[in-house]
Amino acid sequence: MADKNVSELQPSDFEIVGNKTSETETLARKSISFWGEVSRRFIKNKLALIGFITLAIIIIGAICGPWISEFTYRQQNGDYNMAPNGTYWFGTDDLGRDIFTRVWIGARISIFIGFAAAIIDLIIGVAWGAVAGLTGGRTDEIMMRIADILTAIPYLLVVIILLVVMQPGLFPMIIALSLTGWVNMARITRSEILKLKNQEYVLAARTLGANNLHLIKRHLLPNALGAILVTMTLTIPTAIFTEAFLSYLGLGVPAPLASWGTMANDGYPALANAPWRLFFPGVLICLTIFAFNAVGDGLRDALDPKLRK
Amino acid sequence: MAEPILTVKNLQKHFGAKNNPLKAVDDISFHVMPGETLGLVGESGCGKSTTGRTIINLYDKTGGEVEFDGRNNDRLSRKEQKQFHQKLQMIFQDPYASLNPRMTVFEILEEGYDIHKLYKKKKERRERIYGLLESVGLNREHANRYPHEFSGGQRQRIGIARALSFDPKLIIADEPISALDVSIQAQVVNMMKNIQKERGLAYLFIAHDLSMVKYISDRIAVMYKGKIMEIGDAADLYERPVHPYTKSLLSAVPQPDPHSEKDRRRISYDADMHEYTEDEELELRDFGNNHLVYCSKKEYDSWKA
Amino acid sequence: MMNEPILQMKNLEIDFKTYAGTVKAVRKVSFDVFEGETLAIVGESGSGKSVTNQAIMKLLPQPPAIYAGGEILFGGSNILEKSEKQMERIRGNEISMIFQDPMTSLNPTMKIGKQITEVMLKHKKISSGDAKKRALELMDLVGIPNPKKRLNQYPHEFSGGMRQRVVIAIALAADPRLLIADEPTTALDVTIQAQILEVMKDVQKNSRTSIIFITHDLGVVANVADRVAVMYAGEIVEIGSVDDIFYNPQHPYTWGLLGSMPDMNADKKEELRTIPGSPPNLVDPPRGDAFAARNPRAMKIDFEKSPPMFEAGKDHYAKTWRLHPAAPKTEVPEIIRNRYMQYNGGDQ
Repeated sequence: MADKNVSELQPSDFEIVGNKTSETETLARKSISFWGEVSRRFIKNKLALIGFITLAIIIIGAICGPWISEFTYRQQNGDYNMAPNGTYWFGTDDLGRDIFTRVWIGARISIFIGFAAAIIDLIIGVAWGAVAGLTGGRTDEIMMRIADILTAIPYLLVVIILLVVMQPGLFPMIIALSLTGWVNMARITRSEILKLKNQEYVLAARTLGANNLHLIKRHLLPNALGAILVTMTLTIPTAIFTEAFLSYLGLGVPAPLASWGTMANDGYPALANAPWRLFFPGVLICLTIFAFNAVGDGLRDALDPKLRK
Repeated sequence: MAEPILTVKNLQKHFGAKNNPLKAVDDISFHVMPGETLGLVGESGCGKSTTGRTIINLYDKTGGEVEFDGRNNDRLSRKEQKQFHQKLQMIFQDPYASLNPRMTVFEILEEGYDIHKLYKKKKERRERIYGLLESVGLNREHANRYPHEFSGGQRQRIGIARALSFDPKLIIADEPISALDVSIQAQVVNMMKNIQKERGLAYLFIAHDLSMVKYISDRIAVMYKGKIMEIGDAADLYERPVHPYTKSLLSAVPQPDPHSEKDRRRISYDADMHEYTEDEELELRDFGNNHLVYCSKKEYDSWKA
Repeated sequence: MMNEPILQMKNLEIDFKTYAGTVKAVRKVSFDVFEGETLAIVGESGSGKSVTNQAIMKLLPQPPAIYAGGEILFGGSNILEKSEKQMERIRGNEISMIFQDPMTSLNPTMKIGKQITEVMLKHKKISSGDAKKRALELMDLVGIPNPKKRLNQYPHEFSGGMRQRVVIAIALAADPRLLIADEPTTALDVTIQAQILEVMKDVQKNSRTSIIFITHDLGVVANVADRVAVMYAGEIVEIGSVDDIFYNPQHPYTWGLLGSMPDMNADKKEELRTIPGSPPNLVDPPRGDAFAARNPRAMKIDFEKSPPMFEAGKDHYAKTWRLHPAAPKTEVPEIIRNRYMQYNGGDQ
C-alpha cells in the first residue's frame, strides 16, 4: 500500500506546524436568506417559470390591452361576427364589439375577482386558523366545527341564492366566492400552526417570556407563510374558474361589462359560425388557471424544507 | 447552608383523560443548589423531559410545587414573571429544530431583549450580542448568517448563547448533546462546564447518556416511569448503586474498552421483581451521604445491610 | 488464520451533485470483509460511513449520487456493474441491511409473520409451511418471546426494542452472507441496546454471517467489533483489529475520538479532550491530510500531500504521515497510553 514518492520526502517536510483550527470554523456557503434560496429554486423549475411568465404576460395584457386597442369594450362597430383580421385582432362579436378589447377587460375583471377572493380568504382564513391552532382545546373545537358546517352546506345553492337576492355584479360575486373559500385557508393555517407551535424554537421563545402575539409575529406566521402563499396561489385559479362557471350559468357580471365567463357564455351559441368568440376567452381561462397552478406547485417545491439540509 | 436555587416538591404532570391519565411525572421531589449540576437520567418515556418542561412552565403542572429562586412558579407577579423567564433558561435537544430557520443568528439572540424591551440602543445591543457569541466560541461575522449555514455543534452553541442572554441562574439542558457527534459532544460539554465556572450558574442536565452525565454532574437523579428511583452524589451513585433499576441501567452502558466489554455482564430489571404488597409504603429513603433510594421499608432494611 | 474475504471494496469513490457543488462523499475507500467477522465502521456524521455501505447494496439514488470510481467485489463480481434486476436477487438474500429506525423499515399494514416469511418465499425454494417454521425459529433466535402469538401481530403492537429484533429476524431470513447494520441501536435506550447487541453476537456465532456494523458509538464498537475501520472526511484513516484501534491507535483523529468520550472512570476535574474545529467541507476537500487543520501536531507535509496508508503493525494500517520513517516521533496521548499499559499488563 506504500506510495512510491514517500522515499523522496525531506526531513524538512516533517516540521511540525500545528493546526489551523480557525479555518475550520469559517462558514463555507455564501450567506443566502431563506427567500433568496426559494427564488433560486423556483427559477430552476422550468414549468413554474413558464407559468410565471405566462401570468406576467396576461397581467400586462390586462393592464395595457384595452389601452393599446383603438376600440372600447362597449363600442359597437357595426362589423358583426367578423373573423380575426388586421383591424379586429381577435374578431368581433354579434353586437360588433372588438373581442381583443373585451378579452382584456374580462382579464381585468377575472383577475380582480380572483385576487380579491384570495385576499379575503387570506385575511379571514389565516386569522381563524391561527387563533384556532394556537388556542387549542375547546375554542379550537368550536371554531373548526363552524368551518365544517359552512363547507357542508351545498355551496352552489348558497351562491345562487345569494346572487339572486343581491343582483349579479362584481361585489356579490366576490362575497359569494369568499363565503366558504376561506375555510380551506383556515384549515391549512391551523395545521401549520399546530405543527409549528411545538417546534423547539417556539418553545425557546416561550421560555424567554414571549406572549402569543410575539410568537405569531416572529415565529409562526413567517414559517407558515410558505404554505399560506401556496394555498393562496392555488385559490386564485379556483376563484377565476368558479367565476367563469357562474357567469356561464348566467349569474356573472351584468352586460355590457365582460368577464371571461360571460364572454364564453355569449360565444357558445355561435360556436359553429364564429368560433373565435368562445376560443379566446376559453384559452385565456385555461392559460391563467394553468399558470397559477404551475406557479403554486413550483412555489411549494421551492419551499420544501427537505431539500434544505 | 445556602438555599437551593430550585426546589421541586411532589411535582406531578399527567396527560390525557382525567379518569385514566398518563402519569408522565408522578410525584417527584428534588432540589438544585446554586452553581451545581444535577443530572437527570432515564430511558425514553420516563418523564425526564416532561419534568424539565413543567419546571419552566412550558407545561401546566397537575400537582405539586416548583420553587425557583425563592418564589413559587405559579404565583408570580408580572415583574417576577420577567425575572423568572430571564433567570431560568433552557437548552434544547435538536440543534436543527431549536433555531428559527427564517431568522439570522443576530435576530435569534436579540429576541429575548426584544421581548423584555432591554438594551434598546443599537450599539449597546450589538455589543451584548457579540459578547454572547464570543462566550460560545463564535464571532461577530457569524451574526448575520442563517442557522442552516452552521454545523450541528455550532448551532447548539448558538442555542447556549441564547440561553445566556440574561445571565441565568439555572439552565435546564434537555438532552443538549445527544444529537451531536462524539467529538462535538465533548466540545459542548467542556464549554458548558467553563461557562458554569465563570458565571456560577446551575444546570439541570437531562440526558440518557450515562457516561456524559456522570462526567458533568455533581449529583444524579435516576428516573423510571415518572418516579425518581435513586438520587445521590454522582460518584457515589455510580460506584454504589442501590436500586436494581440503577444497577441495570449502569450495567448496560458500553465502555470504549474492548477488554472490559468482553467481561461485562448485563443486569436485567423487571419492575415486578419488587413484589410490593398493597400496604407497603414506597418512598425515597435515606441511605446516608444524601443518597436516597425509592423503596419499601423491607427493602430498605435488606439493602441497607 | 484469515480466510478469503467475502467482500472487497477497492478505491470506492462516490460523489453527490448538490446545488452547492459536487460533494466528494467517499474518497477512495478500500477494505475487506472476511467470513464470520464483524467489521465496525466508526465515524462522525458526514464521514461517509453510511454512504459507503449503501453503495454495497447499490441503494443510492442516482442522481444525485454518482459512482465515480472503484469497485465492490462480492462473490467475485463487481456489484457496481450489476443491473437492478441482479441487485434484487442480492438484496435481502445474500446481503441484507438493518437501519436505525425499526418503525420505518417495517410495513405497518402487514403482520410480522408475513413480513419474515415473504423474504424467504421470494429468495428460496421453500414451502410456505417450512417458511413459517423457519420464521418461528428466527423469532426465537432473536429473543422474541411467545413467537407463535407474535407472528400474527402488527408492528405497532411491538415495542421499539422488539421491533428492531423483528427487523433483524427479517434480515436473517434468507441466510445472508453479509449483514450491514447501519446504527441499529442508536434510536434505542441503553438497556435495549445491550440486549440487541447480545442478540446480534449470538446470531453471528450460530450462522457465521459477516457483519458490517456502522456506528458512531465507541462503546458499541468495543462491544461488538473484531476489526474496526475509522472514517473521516470520506476516507478510512485507520483500520485494524479492535485491540489495535483502542489500545494502540496511530492516527491523530482516532486519538481525538477516543479521548473525547469519557469512560465511566473519567476524572471530572480534567477537561474532556476535544477535537478542535469542524470537519472539512467535502465540496472542496483539503489538499493534504484531511485532518491536518484540526491536528495540533500537524506537520508541514500534512497540508501539502495526502498521506498513504502506512503499516503500523500486522493488519493494522493508518493514513498519517507520522508513521513515515523521517517523521519526528510524536507521542501517543497519555490517556490512551495508560489504557495500553493496562491492557498489556494483563487483567486490571
